[in-house]
Amino acid sequence: MGMTMAEKIIARAAGVESTKAGDIETVTLDKLMSNDGTTHLTIDMYNNKLKNPKIADVSKLVWIVDHNIPADSPKTAASQKKMRDFAKEHGITFYEGEGVCHQIMMENHVCPGELIFGADSHTCAYGALGAFGTGVGCTDYLYAMVTGTSWLLVPETIRFNLTGKLPEGVYARDLILTIIGKISANGANYKAMEFAGEGLHTLSMADRISVCNLCVEAGAKTALMEVDDIALDYLKEHGREPKACFKSDDDAVFSQVIDIDLSTIQPIVAKPHFVDNVVPASECYGVHIDEAFLGSCNNGRIEDLRAGAAVIKGKKVAPKVRFLVVPASRAVYKQAMQEGLLDIFMEAGAIVMNPNCSVCWGACQGVIGEGETLISTGTRNFKGRAGHKDSFVYLASAATVTASAIAGEITTADRV
Amino acid sequence: MGKIFRFDKDVDTDQIIASQYLLFPTIDEMKTHTFESLNSEFAAQVQPGDFVVADENFGCGSSREQAPSVLKALGVKAVIAKSFARIFYRNSINIGMPVIVSKELYDAVADGDSMELDLERGVITANGREFSCTKLPAQMQAILDQGGLIASLNKED
Repeated sequence: MGMTMAEKIIARAAGVESTKAGDIETVTLDKLMSNDGTTHLTIDMYNNKLKNPKIADVSKLVWIVDHNIPADSPKTAASQKKMRDFAKEHGITFYEGEGVCHQIMMENHVCPGELIFGADSHTCAYGALGAFGTGVGCTDYLYAMVTGTSWLLVPETIRFNLTGKLPEGVYARDLILTIIGKISANGANYKAMEFAGEGLHTLSMADRISVCNLCVEAGAKTALMEVDDIALDYLKEHGREPKACFKSDDDAVFSQVIDIDLSTIQPIVAKPHFVDNVVPASECYGVHIDEAFLGSCNNGRIEDLRAGAAVIKGKKVAPKVRFLVVPASRAVYKQAMQEGLLDIFMEAGAIVMNPNCSVCWGACQGVIGEGETLISTGTRNFKGRAGHKDSFVYLASAATVTASAIAGEITTADRV
Repeated sequence: MGKIFRFDKDVDTDQIIASQYLLFPTIDEMKTHTFESLNSEFAAQVQPGDFVVADENFGCGSSREQAPSVLKALGVKAVIAKSFARIFYRNSINIGMPVIVSKELYDAVADGDSMELDLERGVITANGREFSCTKLPAQMQAILDQGGLIASLNKED
């Protein structure tokens, strides 16, 4: 019987010939990413709860301060200091203020065929490079850090066969929101979401990361895409070689196969307070906004900034609207500076921030107040996600968010 | 007997404990903010031995382990839901807090009702009715039996 991509990567990591959905395997992790959202607790457990504290292979650890950077309070500063000091003491690869963890990982670390644990739910983004990334809590992380291993229930796979090409003015964000709306917020719970087909080859790396990144909002354990020339070129540009490029066998068993014609996708908005609460953007025209956010691990790449800048060039942010633009990494920030995109945003009246999770994290920058409404390229629109519990978050593409910042109400780029 | 705190479907981990509290130094400093956006009285009212009962997809969203940890720190004995999001489920077992799938309990109880949980028999009693709990996979039951993943790791060493 054939195997899926997910089964092949787990079999490789478990050192077995084959495995199948429903089996439990003990795997050796290739990389272990953790950020400042939970690492201080991991360190406390390491120091205070373990009988024999040790790190199995320090070269596999990557620690990234990206959630509350720069620190917003003495408590945050203390938790981050704990992380910084531990990383230095143990020789752990450490980034601080360099960008959102998943963007840093994509630019510098992820390789096809790897099995990666990240102490962050959006670790599934790594599937854009054919790696099995999955989010874990800090106890799972600590166990893997100490032993180098963990156990995994091999997931079933939902296969998405992509055909066609996204229309002009429609983005990967619209595609993945459409998919999540279709299968619902737990439609892929415990499962892998695999994307393949000729349509995949029309998507840029930025598009692919955006699609894989959001799959956890359908409950997915991981997201996976076949590695093609576009992915290999990205790796090469970033100085890396693939470990193993897997694709599902023709006779692999999928729990479900869904065909998506990319040419049918339209601009989409996810309304408060659930990511699967999606409607065509036109149904939200006229909704007043107080803030707009362009950034995050989902849409803070250079392609997103280009899309936003193209919409706002020569125009102004609406009076009384805060428009926060936050490149996903230092590399993206520098590229945007060189291309003059930051000038365009600044002249339009946007607030350009340092690379970090920013508004999407909801506790550091651009927090919204009671009764306020945000339109965002962030990952989530849960109640209170961006600040006060009685506030409202709409999710949309970079172009739709920027257009809305100009109009002061939700609209699409063709209307400003 | 413990009291039931009942929640709807798709309760995400931001509702259980919001981002702004996650970098507090300890779980004990975070726990007073548990469920703040959904029920601001929860942390003050919940007593050790009480239960959280929910509809489908409890604990979706962020992988923050602080979510099950604050519930455990407040003394919540178990979370019983129609289904769980996978990271929350795994995190709960890892810290030694029982998470139980019951398709029927949510529809049969109201907020404030009392219930009893017999983990050994896998039976919940509420409002004069018995409900059977779905069994954990053996791997997870073993971790729970040892008091969580760290206790299990310390035994291995």
